Amino acid sequence: MKNYWWKILGIVMVLYAIIRGLLMDVPALPILNETIRNLYYHVTMWFGMMILLTISVIFSIKYLSSNNQKHDTVAIESANTGMLLGLLGLFTGMIWANFTWGAPWVNDPKLNGSAITLLIYFAYFILRSSLDEEQKKAKISAVYNIFAYVMLIVFLMILPRMTDSLHPGNGGNPAFSTYDLDEKMRWVFYPAIIGWTLIGVWMMQVRIRIKNIEYDN
Amino acid sequence: MNFSEIKYLLQKDFTQELRQKHTIGGLFIYIISTVFVCFLSFRQIVDIPTWNALFWIILLFAAIQATGKSFQQDTKSRLFYLFGLTSPQSYILSKMILNGIIIFILAIINYAFYSLLIGNPVENQSMFLIGLIFGSFGLAINFTMVSGIASKTSNQTLTAILGFPIILPLLMSVIRFSKNAIDGIDWSVNYKYLVVIICLKVMVVALSYVLFPYLWRE
Repeated sequence: MKNYWWKILGIVMVLYAIIRGLLMDVPALPILNETIRNLYYHVTMWFGMMILLTISVIFSIKYLSSNNQKHDTVAIESANTGMLLGLLGLFTGMIWANFTWGAPWVNDPKLNGSAITLLIYFAYFILRSSLDEEQKKAKISAVYNIFAYVMLIVFLMILPRMTDSLHPGNGGNPAFSTYDLDEKMRWVFYPAIIGWTLIGVWMMQVRIRIKNIEYDN
Repeated sequence: MNFSEIKYLLQKDFTQELRQKHTIGGLFIYIISTVFVCFLSFRQIVDIPTWNALFWIILLFAAIQATGKSFQQDTKSRLFYLFGLTSPQSYILSKMILNGIIIFILAIINYAFYSLLIGNPVENQSMFLIGLIFGSFGLAINFTMVSGIASKTSNQTLTAILGFPIILPLLMSVIRFSKNAIDGIDWSVNYKYLVVIICLKVMVVALSYVLFPYLWRE
């Protein structure tokens, strides 16, 4: 119980977010209607992705100062899991956009930025697979990972705020924390963030263990 | 890192480029023939966004060609010699300056042939030239760092794969800036794109300054 309580917590939180998120009443807003429930999934998955990618870049920096192989394993596996959450978040966002904007993909700075971010991280995986020697691979990909993270911040946080964007939270559109998120929704939103992040960390931990066993043999 | 180091490294690189005229000459031919291919397929471009986008795409691919080989010119033994003489920071900065100058020359050639063959709708020439200077140095800075990473692998296409997503914010701002220059829009509207370009460049230079020492001896 001492070591795995957070896994149970993660499962409970995600189950709670799914059941409560689909069954609970939501404020009836024009255009959005019931699609506001996507806040519990799309937004929370991207929060989880941001947290995992931040873990990844922290361990890349740690690798550069320590040269410890374990740090590199954490960096790659958290980036892998972060990308999984990112892809799921992208798909849920596309379903939402299909109902709200009428098309799954529109030409919008935030959407294009997120697509390019995914490309940058896929390039990171390709860079890793084209290097053979373990230490060289770890060091060079750590350098690129720091680059990728800074670009992620530029694409998702800075550029969409400078131009007009349809995406909620940018270009004068309301997002959560303004009037359309009432108190009841917060009770699902925050547990969902914690839940997805914990599940992500769990997946990451399993993969790290497999990698470490492979590495020791 | 100090400035005399950068100066000597630049001198070394320039002599090297002048001794191997086939590389730089190859780049000139590359850009001229690309423009000519575009001329044969488009003849005349009236639409301004298309003119602008095609111009920068030609320069983008020429820049990839120019920077892709910049780290392979120093042979292994010469690199070992440089390890003892210079700091990695001045090495990467001198490479960035060299590539910036080369890409700027390419941009000028591109501009000359492009306007000769496809037409020149630019209204504010000086603003467009400033866009060329900042744009070509921006391309150089980004691709130099990326080709520094890619040169450590055996995968030749990696410069493009790693570089294209990273160059995009800069390229989009440069394209907007020069489109406004073509339309003759006033500085008071257009300066903000220049600010974005400069900020992005400062960011990439700072990152390379901190991170390149880790790459250098690999």
